[in-house]
Amino acid sequence: MSPVQETAEILSVQRAGDYYHFTVVAPGIAEHAKPGHFVAVGVGGENTAMILRRAFALYGATPSGQFAGTVQFVVAEHGAGTKWIVQRQAGESLDIVGPLGTPFPVPSGRSPAVLVGGGYGTAPLIPLAQQLLDAGSPVEILLGAATASRLFGELVAKRMVGAVTVLTDDGSAGQQGLVTDALPAAIERIKAEVVYACGPMGMLRAVGDIAREHAIHAQVAVEESMACGIGVCMTCVLPVRGDDGRTRFLRSCVDGPVFDAARIRWSDVGKLPPDLVGADAMGGH
Amino acid sequence: MADLTTQLGSLTLPNPVLTASGCSAAGRELGQFFDVSRLGAVVTKSIMTRPRSGRPTPRMAETPSGMLNSIGLQGPGIDSFIENDLAWLAEQGARTVVSIAGGHTDEYVALARKLYGHPAVSMIEVNISCPNVESRGQVFACDPIASSRVIGAVRRAADPAQPVFAKLSPDVTDLVFIARACADAGADGFSLINTLLGMVIDTDTMAPALGGITGGLSGPAIRPVAVRCVWQVKKALPHLPILGMGGIRSGLDALQFILAGASAVSVGTAVFGDPNAPIRVLDELDAALDERGFASLADAVGYAHRDPADRLSPASGRYPHPAAAEAAAQ
Repeated sequence: MSPVQETAEILSVQRAGDYYHFTVVAPGIAEHAKPGHFVAVGVGGENTAMILRRAFALYGATPSGQFAGTVQFVVAEHGAGTKWIVQRQAGESLDIVGPLGTPFPVPSGRSPAVLVGGGYGTAPLIPLAQQLLDAGSPVEILLGAATASRLFGELVAKRMVGAVTVLTDDGSAGQQGLVTDALPAAIERIKAEVVYACGPMGMLRAVGDIAREHAIHAQVAVEESMACGIGVCMTCVLPVRGDDGRTRFLRSCVDGPVFDAARIRWSDVGKLPPDLVGADAMGGH
Repeated sequence: MADLTTQLGSLTLPNPVLTASGCSAAGRELGQFFDVSRLGAVVTKSIMTRPRSGRPTPRMAETPSGMLNSIGLQGPGIDSFIENDLAWLAEQGARTVVSIAGGHTDEYVALARKLYGHPAVSMIEVNISCPNVESRGQVFACDPIASSRVIGAVRRAADPAQPVFAKLSPDVTDLVFIARACADAGADGFSLINTLLGMVIDTDTMAPALGGITGGLSGPAIRPVAVRCVWQVKKALPHLPILGMGGIRSGLDALQFILAGASAVSVGTAVFGDPNAPIRVLDELDAALDERGFASLADAVGYAHRDPADRLSPASGRYPHPAAAEAAAQ
């Protein structure tokens, strides 16, 4: 599977709380997309001063149908680039590269799973939930956000699994609290064998800690600042332990965005730990 | 179709569009988008003797028409590079320019020796824009003596069949002075330019945006600086070839560098926004040369240095762009 670059016509843009849900025609991307993959979208049009793409997790992919293959993603406006994207309308086109990254690893058989989404980090968990349900796995979904308007996917999640647990920091929807507050009980309720999560770094770290306390794996999709999305720029690295026990800076865009939470050295993110492979060669530079 | 063949010292390339060091890793990722052997050459990310972690994150900040990076030369070290990356490039039939970097002269020499006689290595680009460990962190390329020492040592140690190009920094008072020092030390040509040192402060955290505090500015924002550098060095040292780079994202951008005196160009940061950029730039440059009536790329190299009469004379009849010829005729 190789990523492709496509000029993708926008089929629809829908508001979803504070977010924008895009459906675009991108048959080459849709054909190979799996839950956890992301796309990189060019912003600003030709000759733009914004030279880097913006990355979004895929919310869905329909390889064939009435409009050829389509993919879906969710955009939160938080800068000039995303502002340009959310101002696009159906009928206009976006320059999109994808599918990028390494998707969520899914057990071959039945495997009870808890899915934890923070804000629009829920987007890639929806197609993952469908994949797990199709394999006969019981699925619990926990959604969290700072406030009600920043929740995403509650309705579609409910439709898939019946009941979802919602928490907001300010109590404006669901229970008041952090989404991870509800995780231990959810794991025990369905005797989960794995946790999947996507959202802010602090949440992913907490998910990893709770999963470890329950002696199960947590597969988390990170959102690191990246320039290229295809593995050439080396900006989006995280300190990740390898099979040999040694830690290296790995690229979130190609080695991730999905990592086993236990492999990420969360407290060393943004630092240069001395035992990192190659840290000893950094002296004087 | 203009003849796109070009010369970088003793090296002949089928076309003048290359990747830029640090912007395409070792070509493998771009190979998913196009056949890397279609490029003039792949220029690999600067390699050092040992595996290197690079700097802590954040490593990148987008800026108007550009970006700052502070990667810190993350890489696998020369042995792994030769075993994995060079081998892959050789399998693809890609011509390869290997960028080397070091903290002291001996490290550069060790790298040149490792690459000696390697059939996959077409040329060596010496990145002397990293800090010199021996001179308290001063960047080699900011000091004519340090630059000349490294370039001379690499030229003596390297395979004579591999041209040695000095990659220079624009962050100097007199670029020609540095270039001359490198030429005297035996440089076969120049790669112009490396990034400019810059800085961004995050107004939310009120702290430097990059983990490395300062970073290298690249992208279209630096293109006029790069074209100026190519122009100055071509004018001062017309006999030495130049590989030009700095903010190229279209064929016309590339043509500016060619007209200023570059024999070939590297497409760097544009790849981050458009993985197909090198091939697109090649096609656009080809068309732009045709439109202007150039029979060959070589005819266009340094064309802007000609005096106006020669450039636009209706008598010459060949090269002026139709619009320019029309303007001259009126």
